[in-house]
Amino acid sequence: MSVTLMPIPGFPGNQTALNPAGPAAVHIEHTFALIFWITTTVYLLALAAVIYVVTRRRYQLTLMPEPLPTTKESDRVVTRAVAAAMVLTVMLLFVMMISSFITSRRIGRMNDQQALTIDVYGHQWWWEVQYPNEHEPFRIVTTANEIHVPVGTPIRIRGTSRDVIHSFWAPNIQGKRDLMPGYNTDVLMQVDQPGLWRGQCAEYCGLQHAHMSFYMVAESQTDFDNWMTMQIQPAVAPNNPQTQHGQQVFLTHACVMCHTIRGTTAGSRVGPDLTHLASRSTIAAGMLPNTVGNLGGWIMNPQSLKPGSRMPPNQISGTDLQDLLAYLETLR
Amino acid sequence: MRSTVACLLFGLIAVYPSGCKREQRVFDPGSAGTQVADGVSLNSVQAGGSLPLPDVSKFEASAYAVGEGKRLYNAYNCVGCHAQGGGAIGPALMDSEWIYGSHPDQIYSTIVQGRPNGMPSFGGKLPDYQVWELVAYVRSMSGQLPSDVAPSRSDTMPVAKAEQARQKEHPSDQNEQRIQKAKP
Repeated sequence: MSVTLMPIPGFPGNQTALNPAGPAAVHIEHTFALIFWITTTVYLLALAAVIYVVTRRRYQLTLMPEPLPTTKESDRVVTRAVAAAMVLTVMLLFVMMISSFITSRRIGRMNDQQALTIDVYGHQWWWEVQYPNEHEPFRIVTTANEIHVPVGTPIRIRGTSRDVIHSFWAPNIQGKRDLMPGYNTDVLMQVDQPGLWRGQCAEYCGLQHAHMSFYMVAESQTDFDNWMTMQIQPAVAPNNPQTQHGQQVFLTHACVMCHTIRGTTAGSRVGPDLTHLASRSTIAAGMLPNTVGNLGGWIMNPQSLKPGSRMPPNQISGTDLQDLLAYLETLR
Repeated sequence: MRSTVACLLFGLIAVYPSGCKREQRVFDPGSAGTQVADGVSLNSVQAGGSLPLPDVSKFEASAYAVGEGKRLYNAYNCVGCHAQGGGAIGPALMDSEWIYGSHPDQIYSTIVQGRPNGMPSFGGKLPDYQVWELVAYVRSMSGQLPSDVAPSRSDTMPVAKAEQARQKEHPSDQNEQRIQKAKP
């Protein structure tokens, strides 16, 4: 049963379930469109009936109307009309329910596929993303807030949380999946249209819940493989005095207490992995574009940009900060 | 009846000020709160008069600050050596034994300066206010903080009684004469 309904007008664009970019979202959108068109039609018909009755002007407003005279015949007509309307309502509700069952079943059946597994860990308030590699653990790729996926390939998002309950939701691609601390949940999805698909945490998780977003970057298999090859590399060694000093600033200040840069002695897993920071398009979980200015402001006082964020303000002198930024910009 | 109401009212008024501070959250400590942490003197024998004691009440009376301390205790891998307070490579923190002093400023110095044979120095690596949050949490481990401030549960599997439910330990240096401010 594959009925294509008219799409719902007025909701194009990103981060909406009404502009599906993958098969799961297509199923969800179908059910939504069916329910939308049925309820809209019923609503408009009921409204038209009310307007018709009100505007017939059978009585003057100043007079108290006499009750309509009823006959056996008119009673029978009314009873039949009400019964027919009830039967129709129940039938329409069943149509919507069955359509919802079918959608759930289709989405559930997607789980049987072989898929590329990606681990997602929810943190307050950012996403840790890992591409596991069982046979070659040294080739595990870790990144943050950006999930690169090949177009047209089934992906399994295996999620859990490092603190409170979060929910993984990229509306253009698939429904929500809660990430529970101490428990793995997984959800299968596939992106058919290349592009940047924005997603967000969908379970209230504290102060900066609203600023906990991510991007799914759907690209061709070749681009994806190139990206993977690049991400597996350790960080580039600084090659001029400025960036060398910048690295020293990183390693001797508070940065090193929380962040990892593979290839250096910084190896803490509390904050995002910064090995390829400059290759990402945003910082602070999709909140700010990744530019030198934003990065500098973020390092000096994240609390003024994202109050309550786990990153403390830093006391770094101007020249040290410039060198640090120059170093971070080389981390492609 | 009237006396009951009066009692309740009095109780509410008495609870009010302490209740406020307990919930106080400072997210942006500003530049003053991020001064590079510095040590304080360990005993009263100090050239040029003693240093003034910092005000620790805003950390030790705030459940948020102590909770943050608990989070940082794990995040910064204090557990790696001190375990959940019972001690392992490093000494226990939930008992009454204190090699370098049990007072807040002394614990602060221990974290900032490091101590021989294992304790690294975190001076310059941690912002000042986070050290004080850690100090507040470390003190809650041996029951030194009021029970309305100390953490009541862990996010992970509990291995010991909650800090809130612990008996107060009495370190031997608790009743010692503390450093007095130099009088002009």
